Amino acid sequence: MSGVGVQLHQRVEVGKPAELSSPCFTDRNNQTRQTEQSVPIPERRGESERGGEREAGQMKLFVSEGNPHCVKALAALELSGLKCDVQLVNHEERVVPFLNRPVIPVLLLPSGQHLFSANAICQLLLEMAGKSTDESKQLLEWEATELQPALLQALHKQALQGKSSEAAAVLKGPLGWLDQYLSKRTTSFLTEEILADIVLGAALYPVLSDPAFEVGDLPSLQAWFNHVRELPACQSAAQKVLKGKGLEALKGFLQKQPVPHLQRRDSPPSASEMEESEPVMTQEEIEAAAQACRKGLPQCSATPQKKHPILPEEGKRNVLLTSALPYVNNVPHLGNIIGCVLSADVFARYGRLRGWNLLYVCGTDEYGTATENKAREEGLTPQEICDKYHAVHCAIYKWFQISFDYFGRTTTERQTEISQNIFWRLHERGFLLEDTVEQLHCENCQRFLADRFVEGVCPHCRYPEARGDQCDKCGRLINAVELKEPQCKVCQQTPVVRSSKHLFLDLPKLESELEQWLDKSTSSGDWTNNAKNITRSWLRDGLKPRCITRDLKWGTPVPHPDYSDKVFYVWFDAPIGYLSITANYTSEWEKWWKNPQQVELYNFMAKDNVPFHSVVFPCSLLGAQDNYTLVNNLVATEYLNYEDTKFSKSRGVGVFGDMAKDTGIPSDVWRFYLLYLRPEGQDSAFSWADMALKNNSELLNNLGNFINRAGMFVSKFFEGRVPEMVLQDEDKRLIAQVCWELKQYIQLLDKVRIRDALKCILNISRHGNQYIQVNEPWKKIKGGDDDRQRAGTVTGVSVNVACLLSAMLEPYMPTVSQTIRDQLQAPAHCSSATLGTDGGFLCTLSAGHPIGTVSPLFQKLESEQIEALKKRFGGQQPEDETPAGEVPSSMVNSAQPKPPAAVEPTVNASVSAADPERAKQLAAAVAEQGDKVRALKSQKAEKSVITAEVTKLLELKKELAVAEGKNPEPSPQKGKKK
Amino acid sequence: MALRELSSLEKCLGLKKPNKYSTQGERKVPVLQNNNGPAVVGLVTIASSLVRDAKKTELLGNTAEQRAVVQQWLEYRVTRLDSCTKDEVKVILKELNHYLEDKVYLAGNSFTLADVLMYYGIHYIIMELAVQEKEKYLNVTRWFDHIQHYPGVRHHLPPVVVLRNRVYPSGQH
Repeated sequence: MSGVGVQLHQRVEVGKPAELSSPCFTDRNNQTRQTEQSVPIPERRGESERGGEREAGQMKLFVSEGNPHCVKALAALELSGLKCDVQLVNHEERVVPFLNRPVIPVLLLPSGQHLFSANAICQLLLEMAGKSTDESKQLLEWEATELQPALLQALHKQALQGKSSEAAAVLKGPLGWLDQYLSKRTTSFLTEEILADIVLGAALYPVLSDPAFEVGDLPSLQAWFNHVRELPACQSAAQKVLKGKGLEALKGFLQKQPVPHLQRRDSPPSASEMEESEPVMTQEEIEAAAQACRKGLPQCSATPQKKHPILPEEGKRNVLLTSALPYVNNVPHLGNIIGCVLSADVFARYGRLRGWNLLYVCGTDEYGTATENKAREEGLTPQEICDKYHAVHCAIYKWFQISFDYFGRTTTERQTEISQNIFWRLHERGFLLEDTVEQLHCENCQRFLADRFVEGVCPHCRYPEARGDQCDKCGRLINAVELKEPQCKVCQQTPVVRSSKHLFLDLPKLESELEQWLDKSTSSGDWTNNAKNITRSWLRDGLKPRCITRDLKWGTPVPHPDYSDKVFYVWFDAPIGYLSITANYTSEWEKWWKNPQQVELYNFMAKDNVPFHSVVFPCSLLGAQDNYTLVNNLVATEYLNYEDTKFSKSRGVGVFGDMAKDTGIPSDVWRFYLLYLRPEGQDSAFSWADMALKNNSELLNNLGNFINRAGMFVSKFFEGRVPEMVLQDEDKRLIAQVCWELKQYIQLLDKVRIRDALKCILNISRHGNQYIQVNEPWKKIKGGDDDRQRAGTVTGVSVNVACLLSAMLEPYMPTVSQTIRDQLQAPAHCSSATLGTDGGFLCTLSAGHPIGTVSPLFQKLESEQIEALKKRFGGQQPEDETPAGEVPSSMVNSAQPKPPAAVEPTVNASVSAADPERAKQLAAAVAEQGDKVRALKSQKAEKSVITAEVTKLLELKKELAVAEGKNPEPSPQKGKKK
Repeated sequence: MALRELSSLEKCLGLKKPNKYSTQGERKVPVLQNNNGPAVVGLVTIASSLVRDAKKTELLGNTAEQRAVVQQWLEYRVTRLDSCTKDEVKVILKELNHYLEDKVYLAGNSFTLADVLMYYGIHYIIMELAVQEKEKYLNVTRWFDHIQHYPGVRHHLPPVVVLRNRVYPSGQH
């Protein structure tokens, strides 16, 4: 690779060729400076080089290998006859400081401006060489907007995935269009100008010069391309960039490009498309919204009470909802709660408001080695452990207001019955295999070490604490015997390998049936992207038989006489828990679980649970051939981290379910914040400072403020009765905005986009606050009749919006939602009327309606309070922890107004004694910098950028320590106190 | 959308006779039928030709360099901005915010077609921003406010309220 640079350098500074030729530069600033120094050189060297060349100011072109856009730029440069520095960089080089992603080629102009569009670079170079470019613009626009997206996708498919027919299909449209365009031309070029030929020719070079691409019979296109590729400028540019390696050369470049999104027109509109829809209202829309809102509440009786047992009903939308069964042996942490039960709860509450016939079941997963281990640790029997922790789980979920219809457990009679029934059906149908297994046996403890009885080094990622069945670090499943340096968890001895007979579920035999079902389920239901991807990767690797038995005591006994001393492996029988828990709820459980025609099943979980719900469990049910209900919608979250580190029970890091209550922060606020950061699409991180900020800015100042003001105006100005409303344009516009947000909210929640839908609620109150602010009812009420009427209308509309918000809030913050309705004395069924099938923004509180006593809904989270909590739950941080993980507790100061200009990190590092004022400023600066680092990390910013910011943070901390009169060097003992 | 934009641009350029446009394809690419020649296709291409019709070519840039910069931001508008997903919105705002840190207009010190089309294209995003976000993307907001008050530009779009005094203290941008 190193020879390339020299070749690309048309002008290399004398004496420094080796440095410049290296394709990976770490210090770009240095490079730029060298270029500046090299400027005078051309005068000396110019004459001896090709005589006719003109100097292109002090421009510099950055190119990278295997990037077709660079072919464009280099060809244009050669054609222009201009001289210009060319520097080879690699694909990750961020040449343009303001762009988030590295983009190459880049032309640095003498003015210091960066041109980062290859097409604009070509245009400039050719224009500078006196060539006209205007006529090419239309083809260039077509190239950028129509051809490039297709091209990128096609190259992706062909070069990285080897799917040539799909690649050809993607390109068919644009190439066909170009062929037709060319066939109507009388010359063999695209226009009279060379610009279009260079740009399109270079863009298509990898595709049209590679026989692997099946472009079909396009004679005019081929003829044109043959002309273009013969141009010397094009030839040499292509050689420099692609090195005659064809598609192979592009791989590095393509891997760095964002994956092109597949536009599937047959699928229902994706959420992003819905969001792109025009928020600007037309007059008709505004009128229609206002008209709809004049409708009062329908005269229906109160919401029908839930009657247990809930069973599927003909003609209704029957929704069965499960959240992954939490392991009984531990207290769930916030990540567990948001990942399964809380997410499912929001959807359950929403579904009930929508009038669906919905059953939400869950329960503790109690069998398995983990429980046996825990029992040994605590000196109890497994059953006692289960009883103890089942109660703990129940209490936590009750506090979080999780609205299970039934919360059961897996250690029941029905579990044994149903698991054994499925087992026998699989056995009878020949879907079970018998095999001897090499297993780790601890000579000391006299037993086989299954799953979690053994720990060792992960064979894939070398994580030292991988468990016998799965590595927590890389998430891959492991066979215990593959572990490096295995250790018995009980006695720390090294186990030996012994063989034992086991039963396997024959997944390969079920694979084709599974794939058929998956195709249908994933295309018709709502599967999150991570769920689809994880499932796909499992299938791509090919399925292998999976062991379903274990040498344990605490489990569902295997009924087969040859295996009487064994139990089912938890992942065979844990998902069966969904069925048995339902069976414990109602004897008619089969109406839910053997009824795929009528029932729609949603599974909620964190992403590590996906393969068991999308592959293993469906295979058990398909193989049992008993008309089981299979999952239609699989909703998986990413991970929630704690202040940029992992939740860890052993290190005492993070907030666990039972502690949330002790913080004094209401359950609803916890729910709000967790849902606000629900790891939808990517990991997110819990942060105390952010929680305080969101509580104070969103709940208190935005949502609470609006609802409270609306209610207060009614009580104060209108004797507690909703005033008469005479809608004017401004009111109608607000109503239209509210209706639009409501529509979004419903569309998003229907697709289980829980976090995004929450934003709609906050948008409505933001609109509402603005509306009150602009209309100033508190001033108008003192005016004449017209003004008083205006004040009445604004108050009336606002209080009705507040009532709507109470309905929209119900899935997220049930207590707050009820409190709002109580304060407004709103009818109980207004939520279901608003969100039901024929719902919408209704005038639920008509003129004259008396409201109750209005009081504030939220409380400010004070910085001292948050500081104390952060300390309490921070755990013992090891000294070598990344700095962002242990931002000092004073960080919440950032929530207080403080001019950022007051903190200048560079001033006065020489304070010797403690300086409280300065320390305060620095603490704020540290907090701010800490937030910045966290933000960068969560955005997955460039490592170098993060490192730079972390260094800044460390410096600030050092200064803070000095200002506080401490030793700036971290004391070595601090982290070891445990 | 694009069509409304083009008719606003016509007004902005002071063109008396409104053109008739149609669209083609899934992406609804605007098309301008010409009596004396082939159709003009694509938002940028049509907009540029309107600018030439109005004899205001300074809006396309006065030097070759500036013309390339204008072209680049027009391309950014129809590629990056027009096809962006929700997550991408933040990236775009960040990039523009960084870029506009030391600039009055997209092409530096003079108002160009790039400002007009970028303004039309980004309007729906800025509309949706919370006060806090507007402060976060301060340079974009400043530029946006400047363009929406530029004589004759706004037309079909509602004005976006921009607060002059800062509300949120943390102020990281």
